[in-house]
Amino acid sequence: MPEPIAAQPKVRLDRVTKRYGDLVVLDQLSMDVAPNEMISIIGPSGSGKTTILRLLMTLEQVTDGIISIDGEPLTHMPKNGGLAPANRAHLRRMRTKIGMCFQHFNLFPHMTALQNCIEGPIQVLGMSKVEATARAMDLLAMVGLEEKAGEHPVRLSGGQKQRVAIARALAMRPEVLLLDEVTSALDPEVIGEVLQVIRGLNKKYDLTILMVTHQMGFAKEISDRVVFIYEGKVEEAGAPDQIFGDPTSERTRQFLSAVLEAG
Amino acid sequence: MLDWRWDFAFEVLPRLLLATLNTLMAAGLGYGIALVVGLVFALAQRTRYRLVTAIARESVEFIRSTPLVLQIFFVFYVFPQFGIRLSPWTAGMIAIGLHYASYLSEVYRGGLESVPRGQWEACTALNLGTARTYFRIIVPQALPPALPGMGNYLVGIFKDTPMLSVIGVAELMHTANAIGSESYRFLETYTMVGLLFLLISLPAAAGLRAFEAWVRRAFGLSR
Repeated sequence: MPEPIAAQPKVRLDRVTKRYGDLVVLDQLSMDVAPNEMISIIGPSGSGKTTILRLLMTLEQVTDGIISIDGEPLTHMPKNGGLAPANRAHLRRMRTKIGMCFQHFNLFPHMTALQNCIEGPIQVLGMSKVEATARAMDLLAMVGLEEKAGEHPVRLSGGQKQRVAIARALAMRPEVLLLDEVTSALDPEVIGEVLQVIRGLNKKYDLTILMVTHQMGFAKEISDRVVFIYEGKVEEAGAPDQIFGDPTSERTRQFLSAVLEAG
Repeated sequence: MLDWRWDFAFEVLPRLLLATLNTLMAAGLGYGIALVVGLVFALAQRTRYRLVTAIARESVEFIRSTPLVLQIFFVFYVFPQFGIRLSPWTAGMIAIGLHYASYLSEVYRGGLESVPRGQWEACTALNLGTARTYFRIIVPQALPPALPGMGNYLVGIFKDTPMLSVIGVAELMHTANAIGSESYRFLETYTMVGLLFLLISLPAAAGLRAFEAWVRRAFGLSR
Protein backbone atom coordinates (compact mmCIF):
# COMPACT_ATOMS: atom_id res chain seq x y z
CA MET A 1 0.00 0.00 0.00
CA PRO A 2 1.72 3.23 -1.09
CA GLU A 3 1.99 5.82 1.63
CA PRO A 4 1.19 9.50 1.10
CA ILE A 5 4.11 11.36 -0.52
CA ALA A 6 4.65 13.68 2.43
CA ALA A 7 5.18 10.80 4.81
CA GLN A 8 7.46 8.92 2.43
CA PRO A 9 11.06 9.01 3.68
CA LYS A 10 13.74 9.40 1.01
CA VAL A 11 15.86 6.77 2.68
CA ARG A 12 14.66 4.16 5.12
CA LEU A 13 16.73 1.60 6.98
CA ASP A 14 14.43 -1.00 8.48
CA ARG A 15 16.04 -3.22 11.13
CA VAL A 16 19.24 -3.47 9.11
CA THR A 17 21.84 -5.90 10.37
CA LYS A 18 25.34 -6.31 8.97
CA ARG A 19 27.58 -9.08 10.21
CA TYR A 20 31.07 -10.13 9.18
CA GLY A 21 31.23 -13.66 10.56
CA ASP A 22 30.71 -13.25 14.30
CA LEU A 23 31.31 -9.52 14.26
CA VAL A 24 28.06 -7.56 14.36
CA VAL A 25 28.64 -4.15 12.78
CA LEU A 26 25.04 -2.98 12.49
CA ASP A 27 22.49 -4.43 14.86
CA GLN A 28 18.88 -4.08 13.66
CA LEU A 29 19.46 -0.42 12.94
CA SER A 30 16.42 1.58 11.85
CA MET A 31 16.39 5.15 10.65
CA ASP A 32 14.50 7.40 8.24
CA VAL A 33 15.85 10.31 6.26
CA ALA A 34 13.42 12.85 4.84
CA PRO A 35 13.75 14.27 1.31
CA ASN A 36 16.25 17.13 1.15
CA GLU A 37 17.41 16.46 4.66
CA MET A 38 21.05 16.96 5.64
CA ILE A 39 22.00 14.29 8.15
CA SER A 40 25.27 13.99 10.01
CA ILE A 41 26.19 10.58 11.33
CA ILE A 42 28.59 10.67 14.27
CA GLY A 43 29.92 8.10 16.69
CA PRO A 44 33.03 6.32 17.92
CA SER A 45 35.22 4.56 15.35
CA GLY A 46 34.00 1.03 14.74
CA SER A 47 30.43 1.96 15.63
CA GLY A 48 29.22 1.22 12.08
CA LYS A 49 28.83 4.75 10.67
CA THR A 50 30.68 4.12 7.44
CA THR A 51 29.00 0.74 7.01
CA ILE A 52 25.63 2.51 6.75
CA LEU A 53 26.90 4.49 3.77
CA ARG A 54 28.59 1.46 2.20
CA LEU A 55 25.34 -0.50 2.41
CA LEU A 56 23.44 2.39 0.84
CA MET A 57 25.97 2.54 -2.02
CA THR A 58 25.57 -1.26 -2.44
CA LEU A 59 29.29 -1.75 -1.86
CA GLU A 60 28.31 -4.30 0.79
CA GLN A 61 25.31 -6.55 1.17
CA VAL A 62 22.97 -6.39 4.11
CA THR A 63 22.89 -9.49 6.28
CA ASP A 64 19.32 -8.85 7.33
CA GLY A 65 16.71 -6.10 7.13
CA ILE A 66 15.65 -3.87 4.27
CA ILE A 67 16.93 -0.57 2.94
CA SER A 68 14.57 1.43 0.74
CA ILE A 69 14.91 4.55 -1.36
CA ASP A 70 11.63 6.38 -2.11
CA GLY A 71 9.81 3.39 -0.66
CA GLU A 72 11.42 0.96 -3.09
CA PRO A 73 13.69 -1.76 -1.69
CA LEU A 74 17.33 -1.10 -2.61
CA THR A 75 18.94 -4.46 -2.15
CA HIS A 76 15.83 -6.55 -2.65
CA MET A 77 13.21 -6.84 -5.32
CA PRO A 78 9.67 -8.13 -5.30
CA LYS A 79 9.43 -11.74 -6.40
CA ASN A 80 6.47 -14.12 -6.15
CA GLY A 81 4.77 -11.89 -3.60
CA GLY A 82 7.84 -11.77 -1.34
CA LEU A 83 11.25 -10.12 -1.50
CA ALA A 84 14.29 -11.69 -3.14
CA PRO A 85 17.87 -10.39 -3.22
CA ALA A 86 18.21 -7.80 -5.99
CA ASN A 87 19.78 -8.78 -9.30
CA ARG A 88 22.29 -6.65 -11.19
CA ALA A 89 19.73 -4.81 -13.28
CA HIS A 90 17.77 -3.77 -10.20
CA LEU A 91 20.94 -2.65 -8.40
CA ARG A 92 22.08 -0.61 -11.38
CA ARG A 93 18.70 1.08 -11.65
CA MET A 94 18.60 1.90 -7.94
CA ARG A 95 22.20 3.15 -7.94
CA THR A 96 21.29 5.93 -10.38
CA LYS A 97 19.69 7.69 -7.40
CA ILE A 98 22.75 7.49 -5.17
CA GLY A 99 26.18 9.08 -5.28
CA MET A 100 29.12 8.81 -2.92
CA CYS A 101 32.34 10.61 -2.00
CA PHE A 102 35.07 8.68 -0.25
CA GLN A 103 37.59 9.43 2.46
CA HIS A 104 40.45 8.78 0.01
CA PHE A 105 38.73 10.45 -2.97
CA ASN A 106 39.19 7.44 -5.30
CA LEU A 107 39.60 9.67 -8.33
CA PHE A 108 40.68 7.87 -11.50
CA PRO A 109 44.41 8.69 -11.66
CA HIS A 110 44.74 8.16 -15.41
CA MET A 111 42.08 10.78 -16.17
CA THR A 112 42.09 14.54 -15.78
CA ALA A 113 39.72 16.27 -13.36
CA LEU A 114 37.34 16.97 -16.24
CA GLN A 115 37.56 13.40 -17.59
CA ASN A 116 36.77 12.11 -14.10
CA CYS A 117 33.60 14.20 -14.14
CA ILE A 118 32.36 13.26 -17.63
CA GLU A 119 33.13 9.53 -17.53
CA GLY A 120 29.93 8.54 -15.76
CA PRO A 121 27.59 10.96 -17.55
CA ILE A 122 28.86 9.80 -20.97
CA GLN A 123 29.28 6.09 -20.27
CA VAL A 124 26.32 5.52 -17.97
CA LEU A 125 23.81 8.31 -18.56
CA GLY A 126 24.50 8.34 -22.30
CA MET A 127 25.08 12.08 -22.37
CA SER A 128 26.86 13.65 -25.36
CA LYS A 129 30.45 14.68 -24.76
CA VAL A 130 29.58 18.33 -25.37
CA GLU A 131 26.74 18.35 -22.87
CA ALA A 132 28.68 16.32 -20.27
CA THR A 133 31.66 18.66 -20.61
CA ALA A 134 29.53 21.78 -20.22
CA ARG A 135 27.86 20.40 -17.12
CA ALA A 136 31.14 19.15 -15.65
CA MET A 137 32.75 22.57 -16.18
CA ASP A 138 29.82 24.18 -14.34
CA LEU A 139 30.33 21.79 -11.44
CA LEU A 140 34.10 22.30 -11.42
CA ALA A 141 33.45 26.05 -11.34
CA MET A 142 31.04 25.53 -8.46
CA VAL A 143 33.78 23.76 -6.45
CA GLY A 144 36.25 26.47 -7.54
CA LEU A 145 38.44 24.32 -9.78
CA GLU A 146 37.57 25.43 -13.30
CA GLU A 147 41.20 26.17 -14.08
CA LYS A 148 42.30 22.70 -12.89
CA ALA A 149 40.00 20.83 -15.30
CA GLY A 150 42.91 19.61 -17.41
CA GLU A 151 45.07 18.40 -14.53
CA HIS A 152 45.53 14.79 -13.49
CA PRO A 153 44.82 14.00 -9.82
CA VAL A 154 48.53 13.51 -9.11
CA ARG A 155 48.96 17.28 -9.58
CA LEU A 156 46.11 18.25 -7.24
CA SER A 157 46.22 18.81 -3.48
CA GLY A 158 44.06 16.68 -1.18
CA GLY A 159 41.45 19.40 -0.82
CA GLN A 160 41.33 19.90 -4.58
CA LYS A 161 41.00 16.14 -5.15
CA GLN A 162 38.07 15.93 -2.77
CA ARG A 163 36.35 18.88 -4.46
CA VAL A 164 36.78 17.17 -7.86
CA ALA A 165 35.32 14.01 -6.29
CA ILE A 166 32.28 15.98 -5.14
CA ALA A 167 31.85 17.44 -8.64
CA ARG A 168 32.21 13.95 -10.11
CA ALA A 169 29.49 12.58 -7.82
CA LEU A 170 27.14 15.50 -8.57
CA ALA A 171 27.67 15.08 -12.32
CA MET A 172 25.68 11.85 -12.06
CA ARG A 173 22.69 13.84 -10.76
CA PRO A 174 22.12 11.74 -7.67
CA GLU A 175 19.14 12.28 -5.40
CA VAL A 176 20.96 10.96 -2.35
CA LEU A 177 24.58 11.94 -1.71
CA LEU A 178 26.75 9.97 0.70
CA LEU A 179 29.79 11.74 2.16
CA ASP A 180 32.09 9.28 3.91
CA GLU A 181 34.58 11.11 6.15
CA VAL A 182 35.44 13.39 3.24
CA THR A 183 37.78 15.55 5.32
CA SER A 184 39.48 12.84 7.40
CA ALA A 185 42.40 12.35 5.01
CA LEU A 186 42.99 16.07 4.51
CA ASP A 187 45.55 18.42 6.00
CA PRO A 188 43.89 20.78 8.50
CA GLU A 189 44.45 23.90 6.39
CA VAL A 190 42.45 22.56 3.41
CA ILE A 191 39.48 21.13 5.34
CA GLY A 192 37.72 24.50 5.19
CA GLU A 193 37.66 24.65 1.39
CA VAL A 194 35.91 21.28 1.20
CA LEU A 195 33.41 22.12 3.93
CA GLN A 196 32.65 25.36 2.11
CA VAL A 197 31.59 23.33 -0.94
CA ILE A 198 29.38 21.00 1.11
CA ARG A 199 27.59 23.86 2.83
CA GLY A 200 24.18 24.39 1.24
CA LEU A 201 24.69 21.58 -1.28
CA ASN A 202 21.41 19.87 -0.39
CA LYS A 203 19.38 23.00 -1.14
CA LYS A 204 21.29 23.95 -4.29
CA TYR A 205 21.05 20.53 -5.92
CA ASP A 206 17.87 19.20 -4.32
CA LEU A 207 19.82 16.49 -2.53
CA THR A 208 19.33 14.29 0.48
CA ILE A 209 22.71 14.10 2.17
CA LEU A 210 24.07 11.58 4.65
CA MET A 211 27.44 12.66 5.96
CA VAL A 212 29.70 10.61 8.21
CA THR A 213 32.04 13.06 9.88
CA HIS A 214 34.38 13.81 12.74
CA GLN A 215 34.00 17.57 12.23
CA MET A 216 31.64 18.20 15.13
CA GLY A 217 31.53 21.96 14.70
CA PHE A 218 30.61 21.60 11.06
CA ALA A 219 28.00 18.91 11.76
CA LYS A 220 26.42 21.20 14.34
CA GLU A 221 26.40 24.14 11.97
CA ILE A 222 24.95 22.63 8.80
CA SER A 223 22.93 19.53 9.72
CA ASP A 224 19.17 19.35 9.91
CA ARG A 225 19.59 16.34 12.15
CA VAL A 226 22.46 14.57 13.87
CA VAL A 227 22.44 10.82 14.42
CA PHE A 228 24.72 9.32 17.05
CA ILE A 229 25.56 5.67 16.34
CA TYR A 230 26.82 3.43 19.11
CA GLU A 231 27.66 -0.27 18.70
CA GLY A 232 25.66 -0.62 15.49
CA LYS A 233 22.51 1.06 16.72
CA VAL A 234 21.06 4.55 16.69
CA GLU A 235 21.76 5.67 20.24
CA GLU A 236 20.28 9.11 19.81
CA ALA A 237 19.07 11.35 17.00
CA GLY A 238 17.87 14.91 17.02
CA ALA A 239 18.42 18.52 16.09
CA PRO A 240 22.08 19.61 16.28
CA ASP A 241 21.41 22.02 19.13
CA GLN A 242 19.83 19.28 21.18
CA ILE A 243 22.47 16.61 20.47
CA PHE A 244 25.40 18.91 21.07
CA GLY A 245 23.79 21.08 23.75
CA ASP A 246 21.64 18.73 25.76
CA PRO A 247 22.09 15.04 24.82
CA THR A 248 19.69 12.70 26.58
CA SER A 249 21.91 9.62 26.37
CA GLU A 250 24.83 9.23 28.73
CA ARG A 251 26.86 7.59 25.93
CA THR A 252 26.32 10.55 23.63
CA ARG A 253 27.39 12.84 26.44
CA GLN A 254 30.57 10.82 27.07
CA PHE A 255 31.44 10.61 23.38
CA LEU A 256 30.97 14.32 22.80
CA SER A 257 32.93 15.39 25.83
CA ALA A 258 35.81 13.06 24.82
CA VAL A 259 35.78 14.35 21.24
CA LEU A 260 35.41 18.01 22.08
CA GLU A 261 38.13 17.78 24.69
CA ALA A 262 40.51 16.23 22.15
CA GLY A 263 40.07 18.82 19.55
CA MET B 1 94.41 -21.62 -32.49
CA LEU B 2 91.19 -19.90 -33.25
CA ASP B 3 90.32 -20.60 -36.87
CA TRP B 4 87.89 -17.80 -37.76
CA ARG B 5 87.18 -17.46 -41.47
CA TRP B 6 85.64 -14.17 -42.52
CA ASP B 7 84.79 -15.40 -46.02
CA PHE B 8 82.72 -18.23 -44.57
CA ALA B 9 81.05 -15.87 -42.12
CA PHE B 10 79.94 -13.57 -44.92
CA GLU B 11 78.91 -16.50 -47.08
CA VAL B 12 76.38 -17.80 -44.53
CA LEU B 13 75.26 -14.40 -43.27
CA PRO B 14 72.37 -13.98 -45.77
CA ARG B 15 70.91 -17.36 -44.73
CA LEU B 16 71.17 -16.41 -41.08
CA LEU B 17 69.55 -13.02 -41.66
CA LEU B 18 66.69 -14.70 -43.49
CA ALA B 19 66.25 -17.11 -40.60
CA THR B 20 66.30 -14.15 -38.22
CA LEU B 21 63.13 -12.95 -39.89
CA ASN B 22 61.54 -16.32 -39.06
CA THR B 23 62.74 -16.03 -35.48
CA LEU B 24 61.24 -12.56 -35.17
CA MET B 25 58.00 -13.77 -36.72
CA ALA B 26 57.84 -16.75 -34.35
CA ALA B 27 58.49 -14.51 -31.35
CA GLY B 28 55.95 -11.92 -32.53
CA LEU B 29 53.20 -14.41 -33.34
CA GLY B 30 53.82 -16.41 -30.17
CA TYR B 31 53.77 -13.26 -28.07
CA GLY B 32 50.58 -12.07 -29.74
CA ILE B 33 48.89 -15.35 -28.86
CA ALA B 34 50.29 -15.17 -25.33
CA LEU B 35 49.02 -11.61 -24.81
CA VAL B 36 45.45 -12.51 -25.73
CA VAL B 37 45.24 -15.98 -24.18
CA GLY B 38 47.03 -14.71 -21.08
CA LEU B 39 44.34 -12.06 -20.61
CA VAL B 40 41.67 -14.75 -20.96
CA PHE B 41 43.46 -16.87 -18.33
CA ALA B 42 43.73 -13.87 -16.00
CA LEU B 43 40.12 -12.72 -16.35
CA ALA B 44 38.83 -16.30 -16.11
CA GLN B 45 40.47 -16.50 -12.69
CA ARG B 46 38.44 -13.51 -11.52
CA THR B 47 34.92 -14.59 -12.54
CA ARG B 48 32.26 -15.58 -10.05
CA TYR B 49 32.02 -19.02 -11.63
CA ARG B 50 34.12 -21.31 -9.48
CA LEU B 51 34.53 -24.02 -12.12
CA VAL B 52 35.88 -21.55 -14.72
CA THR B 53 38.23 -20.09 -12.13
CA ALA B 54 39.48 -23.53 -11.09
CA ILE B 55 40.06 -24.69 -14.69
CA ALA B 56 41.96 -21.51 -15.55
CA ARG B 57 44.10 -21.66 -12.41
CA GLU B 58 44.96 -25.36 -12.81
CA SER B 59 45.80 -24.90 -16.50
CA VAL B 60 48.17 -22.06 -15.68
CA GLU B 61 49.80 -24.09 -12.88
CA PHE B 62 50.15 -27.14 -15.14
CA ILE B 63 51.71 -25.23 -18.01
CA ARG B 64 54.10 -23.33 -15.74
CA SER B 65 55.25 -26.50 -14.02
CA THR B 66 56.28 -28.43 -17.15
CA PRO B 67 59.15 -27.65 -19.55
CA LEU B 68 58.48 -25.73 -22.76
CA VAL B 69 60.38 -28.21 -24.89
CA LEU B 70 58.17 -31.04 -23.62
CA GLN B 71 55.06 -29.02 -24.47
CA ILE B 72 56.39 -28.41 -27.98
CA PHE B 73 57.06 -32.13 -28.48
CA PHE B 74 53.67 -32.98 -27.03
CA VAL B 75 51.69 -30.74 -29.36
CA PHE B 76 53.66 -31.80 -32.42
CA TYR B 77 54.05 -35.57 -31.81
CA VAL B 78 51.19 -36.54 -29.49
CA PHE B 79 48.30 -34.45 -30.82
CA PRO B 80 48.32 -36.40 -34.14
CA GLN B 81 47.37 -39.51 -32.13
CA PHE B 82 44.13 -37.71 -31.33
CA GLY B 83 43.68 -36.87 -34.98
CA ILE B 84 45.08 -33.32 -34.68
CA ARG B 85 47.84 -33.06 -37.27
CA LEU B 86 49.64 -29.72 -37.18
CA SER B 87 52.49 -28.19 -39.17
CA PRO B 88 55.67 -27.41 -37.20
CA TRP B 89 54.81 -23.72 -37.30
CA THR B 90 51.26 -24.17 -36.02
CA ALA B 91 52.27 -26.64 -33.34
CA GLY B 92 55.15 -24.42 -32.29
CA MET B 93 52.99 -21.29 -32.06
CA ILE B 94 50.34 -23.09 -30.01
CA ALA B 95 52.92 -24.50 -27.59
CA ILE B 96 55.02 -21.40 -27.10
CA GLY B 97 51.95 -19.11 -27.14
CA LEU B 98 50.20 -21.10 -24.40
CA HIS B 99 53.40 -21.42 -22.41
CA TYR B 100 53.95 -17.67 -22.29
CA ALA B 101 50.22 -17.01 -21.88
CA SER B 102 50.39 -18.79 -18.54
CA TYR B 103 53.28 -16.58 -17.43
CA LEU B 104 51.67 -13.42 -18.75
CA SER B 105 48.40 -14.24 -17.00
CA GLU B 106 50.30 -14.03 -13.71
CA VAL B 107 51.73 -10.67 -14.73
CA TYR B 108 48.24 -9.43 -15.61
CA ARG B 109 46.91 -10.80 -12.33
CA GLY B 110 49.55 -8.91 -10.38
CA GLY B 111 48.73 -5.75 -12.31
CA LEU B 112 44.99 -6.10 -11.69
CA GLU B 113 45.56 -6.74 -8.00
CA SER B 114 47.73 -3.63 -7.75
CA VAL B 115 44.70 -1.44 -8.52
CA PRO B 116 43.34 -0.24 -5.15
CA ARG B 117 39.91 -1.45 -4.04
CA GLY B 118 38.74 2.17 -3.88
CA GLN B 119 38.92 2.35 -7.67
CA TRP B 120 36.43 -0.51 -7.98
CA GLU B 121 34.20 1.16 -5.39
CA ALA B 122 34.30 4.46 -7.27
CA CYS B 123 33.16 2.56 -10.37
CA THR B 124 30.24 1.10 -8.44
CA ALA B 125 29.38 4.53 -7.06
CA LEU B 126 29.37 5.92 -10.61
CA ASN B 127 27.26 2.95 -11.69
CA LEU B 128 29.71 1.84 -14.39
CA GLY B 129 29.05 -1.65 -15.77
CA THR B 130 31.55 -4.50 -15.51
CA ALA B 131 33.01 -4.14 -19.03
CA ARG B 132 33.45 -0.37 -18.72
CA THR B 133 34.91 -0.76 -15.25
CA TYR B 134 37.55 -3.15 -16.61
CA PHE B 135 38.42 -1.53 -19.89
CA ARG B 136 38.15 2.17 -19.05
CA ILE B 137 39.22 2.26 -15.41
CA ILE B 138 40.98 -0.87 -14.17
CA VAL B 139 43.06 -2.09 -17.13
CA PRO B 140 44.60 1.34 -17.89
CA GLN B 141 45.83 1.40 -14.29
CA ALA B 142 46.87 -2.25 -14.21
CA LEU B 143 48.93 -1.92 -17.39
CA PRO B 144 51.82 0.32 -16.25
CA PRO B 145 52.83 -1.90 -13.31
CA ALA B 146 52.48 -4.97 -15.57
CA LEU B 147 54.67 -3.57 -18.36
CA PRO B 148 58.09 -4.51 -16.91
CA GLY B 149 56.99 -8.13 -16.54
CA MET B 150 55.42 -8.11 -19.98
CA GLY B 151 58.64 -6.74 -21.46
CA ASN B 152 60.73 -9.42 -19.76
CA TYR B 153 58.59 -12.14 -21.29
CA LEU B 154 58.79 -10.54 -24.74
CA VAL B 155 62.58 -10.84 -24.57
CA GLY B 156 62.10 -14.28 -22.98
CA ILE B 157 59.94 -15.66 -25.77
CA PHE B 158 62.40 -14.31 -28.32
CA LYS B 159 65.25 -16.19 -26.65
CA ASP B 160 63.14 -19.35 -26.36
CA THR B 161 62.32 -19.56 -30.07
CA PRO B 162 65.39 -21.82 -30.70
CA MET B 163 63.41 -24.53 -28.90
CA LEU B 164 61.16 -24.61 -31.94
CA SER B 165 64.11 -26.00 -33.92
CA VAL B 166 63.46 -29.40 -32.32
CA ILE B 167 60.32 -29.82 -34.42
CA GLY B 168 61.84 -28.28 -37.54
CA VAL B 169 60.74 -24.66 -37.51
CA ALA B 170 63.30 -22.93 -39.72
CA GLU B 171 64.32 -20.21 -37.31
CA LEU B 172 67.87 -19.09 -36.50
CA MET B 173 69.03 -22.08 -34.47
CA HIS B 174 67.59 -24.57 -36.90
CA THR B 175 69.34 -22.83 -39.80
CA ALA B 176 72.61 -22.63 -37.87
CA ASN B 177 72.45 -26.35 -37.15
CA ALA B 178 71.81 -27.03 -40.83
CA ILE B 179 74.81 -24.92 -41.84
CA GLY B 180 76.93 -26.71 -39.29
CA SER B 181 76.02 -30.15 -40.51
CA GLU B 182 76.71 -29.18 -44.13
CA SER B 183 80.04 -27.46 -43.60
CA TYR B 184 81.29 -28.84 -40.28
CA ARG B 185 82.07 -25.22 -39.31
CA PHE B 186 80.41 -24.14 -36.10
CA LEU B 187 82.49 -21.27 -34.75
CA GLU B 188 81.39 -18.55 -37.19
CA THR B 189 77.79 -19.72 -37.40
CA TYR B 190 77.02 -19.97 -33.70
CA THR B 191 78.97 -16.82 -32.90
CA MET B 192 76.90 -14.88 -35.39
CA VAL B 193 73.66 -16.41 -34.07
CA GLY B 194 74.63 -15.21 -30.61
CA LEU B 195 75.46 -11.76 -31.92
CA LEU B 196 72.18 -11.54 -33.81
CA PHE B 197 70.23 -12.40 -30.64
CA LEU B 198 72.21 -9.83 -28.70
CA LEU B 199 71.73 -7.18 -31.38
CA ILE B 200 67.98 -7.56 -31.13
CA SER B 201 67.57 -8.19 -27.38
CA LEU B 202 69.57 -5.22 -26.12
CA PRO B 203 67.82 -2.45 -28.09
CA ALA B 204 64.48 -4.16 -27.48
CA ALA B 205 65.04 -4.05 -23.70
CA ALA B 206 66.04 -0.38 -23.86
CA GLY B 207 63.04 0.41 -26.07
CA LEU B 208 60.70 -1.32 -23.62
CA ARG B 209 62.02 0.74 -20.72
CA ALA B 210 61.46 3.95 -22.67
CA PHE B 211 57.95 2.73 -23.55
CA GLU B 212 57.16 2.07 -19.87
CA ALA B 213 58.20 5.59 -18.94
CA TRP B 214 56.13 7.03 -21.78
CA VAL B 215 53.03 5.06 -20.76
CA ARG B 216 53.34 6.25 -17.16
CA ARG B 217 53.44 9.85 -18.31
CA ALA B 218 50.66 9.39 -20.87
CA PHE B 219 48.40 7.88 -18.19
CA GLY B 220 49.17 10.71 -15.80
CA LEU B 221 50.56 8.26 -13.24
CA SER B 222 53.79 10.20 -12.85
CA ARG B 223 54.36 13.89 -13.11
